[in-house]
Amino acid sequence: MSQIAFLGAVELGLVFAFVAIGVYIAFRILDFPDLTVDGSFPLGAAVAAVLILSGWNAWAATGAAMLAGGAAGLVTAFLNVRFRILNLLASILTMIALFSVNLRVMGRPNVALINQETMLTPFYGLGLPDYYVRPLFVGVLALVVLLLVWRFLASDLGLAMRATGANPRMARAQGVKTSVHIYLGMALSNALVALGGSLFAQTNGFADVTSGVGTIVVGLAAVIVGETLFRSRLILLALVGCVLGSVLYRLAIQLALSSDVLGLQASDLNLVTAVLVAAALVLPRLRRGRAAA
Amino acid sequence: MIALSNLSVVFGRGTPLEKTALAGLDLTIEAGSFVTVIGSNGAGKSTLLGVLAGDVIPSSGRVTIGGRDVTRVATAERAKLVARVFQDPLAGSCGALTIEENLALAAARGARRGLGLALSGRRRETFRERVAGLRLGLENRMEDRMDLLSGGQRQALSLVMATLAGSEVLLLDEHTAALDPGMAEFIMGLTQSLVDRHRLTTLMVTHSMRQALDHGTRTVMLHEGKVILDVAGEGRRSLGVEDLIAMFRKARGQALDDDALLVS
Repeated sequence: MSQIAFLGAVELGLVFAFVAIGVYIAFRILDFPDLTVDGSFPLGAAVAAVLILSGWNAWAATGAAMLAGGAAGLVTAFLNVRFRILNLLASILTMIALFSVNLRVMGRPNVALINQETMLTPFYGLGLPDYYVRPLFVGVLALVVLLLVWRFLASDLGLAMRATGANPRMARAQGVKTSVHIYLGMALSNALVALGGSLFAQTNGFADVTSGVGTIVVGLAAVIVGETLFRSRLILLALVGCVLGSVLYRLAIQLALSSDVLGLQASDLNLVTAVLVAAALVLPRLRRGRAAA
Repeated sequence: MIALSNLSVVFGRGTPLEKTALAGLDLTIEAGSFVTVIGSNGAGKSTLLGVLAGDVIPSSGRVTIGGRDVTRVATAERAKLVARVFQDPLAGSCGALTIEENLALAAARGARRGLGLALSGRRRETFRERVAGLRLGLENRMEDRMDLLSGGQRQALSLVMATLAGSEVLLLDEHTAALDPGMAEFIMGLTQSLVDRHRLTTLMVTHSMRQALDHGTRTVMLHEGKVILDVAGEGRRSLGVEDLIAMFRKARGQALDDDALLVS
């Protein structure tokens, strides 16, 4: 693997770290299996790209992308809380609806961001090669988000959200309005996923309506790899695990695809992904089985 | 004070499985009294607690707690008035959270939850002191996850959690039923001392006649969704387990198969 390919994989991993943290909030904190992310990731990319093209400041455009993602999460939560639609199904409905919404937002299947002012533009001129600037910028942003989410989950409000996912009956008995926390958590989760989508568009120079396919698998893979790395229940380590898991996952994919011995090509990506996720799921179980024997 | 008037609860109305759990029940509980509730399976004990907690919305009738009409107020919104300990030790606390996080969650019961740190230094100290008061050694395990503890330990902490924030009523739902006899006795002693110290209006559902007479200031027996026995004061003191069983049997109109179960 060349240095550029390595840094490219790290960069992509860091972009998807936001997705991983979002997925962690939905799946692990709220216990809400949420597939909305397959739609909110390209939604974030689309909203940011279209607004940047229309002359918006890239930071403001990214903020708007996060709001759009949060709104998508609210729709899923609404279907589930208000109408009691099964959480998984509610999220699938939002996801397929978003495919049409994303096409409407962009007006066409993909939008290029060539020569536009992105969040990264000011940092490109500072002397470092672009392929260093991108992972550094995204990495710093991921660190900031990680710390903010950690701090939130340690607050009274965050604790109530964790109780909502872990033991809703007890949470209600303690005065926690569980439905409010499902709305809040789903909005937060999908806003973070949309932030990832926005950064994806800005680092790669395009937004594409199909870029969301499989986002959930990638996010979940990162969470699971992270959990395999740190088998701790501490929130901070779990969040660090999301980020590292996302990067490691991308490196593993890159390694698998670029190794001549295996003879894999780019079109094998989804197969490799599925095998890696299955391995990450099975390995801890095997280890536990051996310890028990 | 709790006032229940003409309270009815019907589950599955209009279906073949229609079940009347409470049938026009009237009950007034003075502030500061400790009422024990007994009755056979299906008598309506759990439904009664559910109605008070907000989990069950009555088909008709009125529920007031501390002068406030809460008949249709959701569980979370009346949590300020009602503290609760469940029968299942796993139900009353969050296994995935640490001991101190569970306490922080309970300390904010009924209060607005903001973005302030849930576990500040001062709160931690308060929690530690309260847990140390249990003399179970748990004060040294404040950062352990709740699911590492035994059922008895979790139930003891549930009682502490129920008394961290102020409340009008304490509801105990057979909270010693899942414990071994030694632990059950410890939890009952702890319950008594907490109720005395905080002067809580308490409603305790129990299957044990012994417990129902040994604790509290008043005993109520439910049958088919109604109060069929209500004793307090002198009349209650002279009552024995045998008398209760006789009444129990009369109410059911049949001999009990296994008296030993009730005397335990």
